[in-house]
Amino acid sequence: MPRREDIKKILVIGSGPIVIGQAAEFDYAGTQACQSLKEEGYEVVLINSNPATIMTDTVVADRVYIEPLTLDFASRIIYKERPDAILGSLGGQTGLNLVVELAETGILEEYGVEVLGTALDAIEKAEDRDKFRELMFEIGEPVPESVIVHTTEEALEFAAGNGYPVVVRPAFTLGGTGGGFAHNEEELSTICENGLKISPAHQCLIEKSIAGYKEIEYEVMRDNADNAIVVCNMENVDPVGVHTGDSIVVAPTQTLTDRECGIMRASALKIIRALKICGGCNVQLALDPQSFKYYVIEVNPRVSRSSALASKATGYPIAKLAAKVAVGLTLDEIINPVTKTSYACAEPCIDYVVAKFPRFPFDKFPKADRSLGTQMKATGEVMSIGRTFDEAILKAVRSLEMKTDHLLKEDVEKLSDEELWAKLKDSDDERIYVITALLRRGASVDDIFDITEMDRFFLNKFKSIVEYEKVIAANKMDVDVLRTAKKRGFSDSYIARVWGVDEREIYDFRKEKGITPVYKMVDTCAGEYVSNTPYLYSTYEHENESIRNDHKKIIVLGSGPIRIGQGVEFDYATVHCIKTLHECGYEAIIINNNPETVSTDYSISDKLYFEPLTIEDVMHVIDLEQPLGVIVQFGGQTAINLADKLVERGVKILGTSLENIDRAEDRKEFEEMLKKLDIPQPTGDTAFEVEEAVKIANRIGYPVLVRPSYVLGGRAMEIVHNDEDLRVYMATAVKEISHDAPILVDKYIVGKECEVDAVCDGKNVFIPGIMEHIERAGVHSGDSISVYPAPTLSEDVKKTIADYAIRIGKGFEFIGLFNIQFIVDADNKVYVLEVNPRSSRTVPFLSKITEVPMSHVATKCVLGHSLAEQGYEEGVKPEGSRYFVKAPVFSFAKLRSVDTTLGPEMKSTGEALGSDITLEKALYKALLASGVKVPLRGNVLITVANEDKEEAYKIAKRFSDIGYGIYATAGTAKYLKDKGLYVREAAKVNDEGKNNVLDIIRRGRVNYVVNTMSEDKNTSLDGFLIRRVSAENNISCFTSLDTAEAILGVVEAQNFTTISMNEMEG
Amino acid sequence: MKRLLILEDGSVYEGIGFGGNDFRIGELIFQTGMCGYQETISDMSYYGQIIMMTFPAIGSVGINRDDFESMNPQLFGLVVKEYCDAPSNFRSEMTIDEYMKLKNIPGICDIDTREITRKIRDNGVMKAVMADEGADVDKIVKELKEAKDVTNGVSVVSAARPYTIPNRGGHKVVLLDLGAKYALIRELNARDCDIVSMPYDAKIEDIMSVNPDGVIVSSGPGVPDYIPQTVETVKQIAAKMPVLGIGLGHQVVAQAMGAKVNEMKFGHHGNSTPIVNLEKNKVEFTAQNHRFDVDEESMKAAGLKVTHRALNDKSVEGFVHESLPVMGVQFNPEAAPGADDTMYIFDQFIEMLSK
Repeated sequence: MPRREDIKKILVIGSGPIVIGQAAEFDYAGTQACQSLKEEGYEVVLINSNPATIMTDTVVADRVYIEPLTLDFASRIIYKERPDAILGSLGGQTGLNLVVELAETGILEEYGVEVLGTALDAIEKAEDRDKFRELMFEIGEPVPESVIVHTTEEALEFAAGNGYPVVVRPAFTLGGTGGGFAHNEEELSTICENGLKISPAHQCLIEKSIAGYKEIEYEVMRDNADNAIVVCNMENVDPVGVHTGDSIVVAPTQTLTDRECGIMRASALKIIRALKICGGCNVQLALDPQSFKYYVIEVNPRVSRSSALASKATGYPIAKLAAKVAVGLTLDEIINPVTKTSYACAEPCIDYVVAKFPRFPFDKFPKADRSLGTQMKATGEVMSIGRTFDEAILKAVRSLEMKTDHLLKEDVEKLSDEELWAKLKDSDDERIYVITALLRRGASVDDIFDITEMDRFFLNKFKSIVEYEKVIAANKMDVDVLRTAKKRGFSDSYIARVWGVDEREIYDFRKEKGITPVYKMVDTCAGEYVSNTPYLYSTYEHENESIRNDHKKIIVLGSGPIRIGQGVEFDYATVHCIKTLHECGYEAIIINNNPETVSTDYSISDKLYFEPLTIEDVMHVIDLEQPLGVIVQFGGQTAINLADKLVERGVKILGTSLENIDRAEDRKEFEEMLKKLDIPQPTGDTAFEVEEAVKIANRIGYPVLVRPSYVLGGRAMEIVHNDEDLRVYMATAVKEISHDAPILVDKYIVGKECEVDAVCDGKNVFIPGIMEHIERAGVHSGDSISVYPAPTLSEDVKKTIADYAIRIGKGFEFIGLFNIQFIVDADNKVYVLEVNPRSSRTVPFLSKITEVPMSHVATKCVLGHSLAEQGYEEGVKPEGSRYFVKAPVFSFAKLRSVDTTLGPEMKSTGEALGSDITLEKALYKALLASGVKVPLRGNVLITVANEDKEEAYKIAKRFSDIGYGIYATAGTAKYLKDKGLYVREAAKVNDEGKNNVLDIIRRGRVNYVVNTMSEDKNTSLDGFLIRRVSAENNISCFTSLDTAEAILGVVEAQNFTTISMNEMEG
Repeated sequence: MKRLLILEDGSVYEGIGFGGNDFRIGELIFQTGMCGYQETISDMSYYGQIIMMTFPAIGSVGINRDDFESMNPQLFGLVVKEYCDAPSNFRSEMTIDEYMKLKNIPGICDIDTREITRKIRDNGVMKAVMADEGADVDKIVKELKEAKDVTNGVSVVSAARPYTIPNRGGHKVVLLDLGAKYALIRELNARDCDIVSMPYDAKIEDIMSVNPDGVIVSSGPGVPDYIPQTVETVKQIAAKMPVLGIGLGHQVVAQAMGAKVNEMKFGHHGNSTPIVNLEKNKVEFTAQNHRFDVDEESMKAAGLKVTHRALNDKSVEGFVHESLPVMGVQFNPEAAPGADDTMYIFDQFIEMLSK
């Protein structure tokens, strides 16, 4: 059936900011979908609040609205644009939920907007637990015994009758938010109560636990002629019980016979047909390892994280085809865009093994609860492709950017046997290293199986890897052993360590002996049809399919897995760099390993190498392709960190030279340079050991800001107030970082923080804009609310900032992008905090709001086109009149035990953009889009440190003036009461009474919590609990008075103040 | 233990041997199924062929007692990237290596199977053989070049004597066994058929003597030209009663009705080949193993109408006769291994018997 002619304009809903459970995969899906619809000649209107995405580039859709994904704003866009249809099934759970809301309020019907892709009743049937179970009964598909509850009592009753353990799954939430296993009444009460609160439908499913079953996923597609296919099946290495987003996943399934595959396939296809989905769908199944018994666990009637993974694992572009199918095309008439010689109605056959490894944020949150369960905790993931399971898993583990190059973690190896077995029972993020450590000590596969219930197939594979370690160790520099080790996926760096030689030596030795990898193509058909997809992976085999041509080529290094501090923003810059290279006539080659992203879509670059970003794997590609050079400045710290090793091996770094990168990153050189350029910076010094740091701190005076050099996202950065804390920091942080980077100790200056991203061609500097942070210095720039144009900086300060930026750009001879963080103190003196010789987190934001395609311009500079040639004059681009606000988005509800206090260490996972004609309006939108509710009336709970009380009073007073009720804990309450405010006092945390401060938060009595850190150790635990309870109950908690004041300004702007005539004085 | 895989074009691949060591010259074909290797290697229609699995990890679920498609596998060899000697599945009873040793079928692993797959895709099917390390390669290549096609497959795999699989309440069906899979019998059983299996060279009188309601001509190795007597028998039966041909049986029925059979470049060997059901205009996924197909040009004169067509290369995958209750499908509707979208073919056949 041809495309539908009766619709012309389609509204596509994006997925909003990145949070745990909804990451870059929706940028990939959404971008593909919009392009796919445009290709078919439709007018595409997009709404998404996430500025860091490729999807929100103006070229992706005909009209791009970066607005909050709320009923209100989506309705406004519908009024304005009058689309014929709406497509929400490519915007994750957020997209689907918004479509449901729009439908429920009658707006879609009123404006004649048709829902494409997944019909409303299908969304309901898949998402509403009751209706889903009804449907499963109807079509005869098994679901675990369960009950839908609206109260905790009902849950307890079910569990009493059916036995523990049970699983709690709140309805309509992301990534299993708020769910969990309960082994007894107490646990069930806690989890269920929380789940009911989080669920927008106030509904939870209580289900008999099937933990220990195999978790199998099917990615299926269907068109409106009822053709349905399985794109990919996947098997979780962890059994049911660990969220699939946190599990190691392999594709295709490894431990199923054809009988089991047949049963699961039939079930998945039956479900997608019953739901009549036109597009993609994810079906999760649980299979008893001892029989053919299975259960349907969950159905996602939309593209998902798993479908992005399935797309990258097979090459089959699900989102692109889902969009085409949504507008009436059928799979049997669409040419398979991968082979171009067969049709899209084909179930991909793969001739390799894919491994997905989750990337956890616990390096940033060492105190968080690391155990894995139904609540997803990973921020990102890596994927790897190998011809065998061993090769795939070992490539994956060295792609993680966790300083692991093998299934081995030194810290884990140091644990005692007892500790290892205990840790194994906890099933935390390091379990895979625990398993290999135990195997190394001779533990049996059966004993490990008894605890983990991981299929013995996987455990045996780990065991055989561990066994080969011994062979390697016993045969130093043996060519045959080396060849086998490389075939099995062992890294050069691991082998070098075991053999006690330099990694480079292994590399050279291999080249000499002809042990080098070949590249195979990902083609969806296992070689059956001719295909020219430039999508490649390495393996140690015979035939190389990656044929080098004679074009001038440049390699761009990607940014690896999404983690806190290095998000989708770097992928954005990478994609733009690639496109620019291509436009300028170069063959653009990308190396990356993140399956969620746009950059690993094979149609973006001229060649995609899906490989770990280690020196070994990158050099292999360079050896083959012989590029003019490598661009490292767009791939964040991952790519930058490879620069020196590449130069060592004679590779040319294009753009800013390695010397100048080092000059910016090495403390001593940096200081000297700034001194030479006559630019002030906070006094400080570099320390290599504890007492040295203490000495420096005493010299410059506390408080000091301490951090390791060469880190991203403020990793392990802290503000320290005394010797004792500094010693603790040095003892813990230095160990954490685990390489010999020195520690920087700087004077902590209180002031306004602002930053610029700029482009330099080596001679001139162009600054698209200066951004100001709402929060004063001390809060990481990634966690601050950022405003453009800078609202409180004077023209003089802006001039100084621009002047410094220009001097720095020229002084450091940057070629390409760079980022500078500034502090402006009370006397309007400007200090430079740090300079990053690369693309930054704010590049997409600034590019969009200033309409300067920064990565594009920078790439052209790298290629030798001057700024002048590109039409950019030196200096700052004149500011417009519209305000733009970037607000951080956190995933605290999902990370138990993480303190939500904002400080120098970055904690946010994503960001949202709001823009309007006044600052307050823009702020309102940004906050709304970031998930902060802005009600006109309500209550605020204030509990602040002594030093903040005076400032807090001003805020409390203004809240009071607009009719907000004030709650406060004893100390704060007294202060505010004394100042004449009406305050309700909240009892202490350990007070059993009803008025307990935590209870007030839990019961949703307040809209906001304002809590600042107290240095008093006695009250710091209370503060922590207040913040955690707020996070878990979805109540916005501000730990900076600046944030609180900004919110207040927004509420005021929407509100009216009532003051008596008597108060009108002065 | 090192082992060689030698191809007709003179290329030699060194790998590691497993399974038995009965090296025989066979046709090297690639099979794209990602699971179900036990069913594949025990499917007798692979007689005379060396199967190369494109999926690299074979043997991970071991071998169990239930999933065989015949008592004795008939392939001449198995080529894989990697086989698993620590399988895991609740039904697994032995490793694939143990099984192939038991049946004396040679295997070779650590082979760049993708390279050879691409070669076959581009140059067509080739003869191949395994050999021990140090074998006289030139001599073997010469032998390969001179080797004749294996034409006696059906006579080897077809059950020598008639036997019955009794049932009550359904139709009496003669299964003309050219190398039938167990799955076929299972499907007929499930539809209450009272089955009489007959050898490929059964005489028309013998078939008529059991007074069947219809005849199924099974899948099997080779092409109709190798079994002219079967073609002749089917020609006579088709005039008298409903006939369903599957795989080789489909080609036999087509040829019996007067159509021609052509050689394909490398054929279809997979568990999920998309075909179009022309009547419903819908895509279905099918298990397939064939290197020849029915020539569409010749079908009209034979009174045959195309019912199914491969989605990608448009080759004929199924037909019905314009006036007689005769049909054929090139794919394996009984699946095992692979997609079972087309089980309805058996229901259609039963319906034909009921008329």
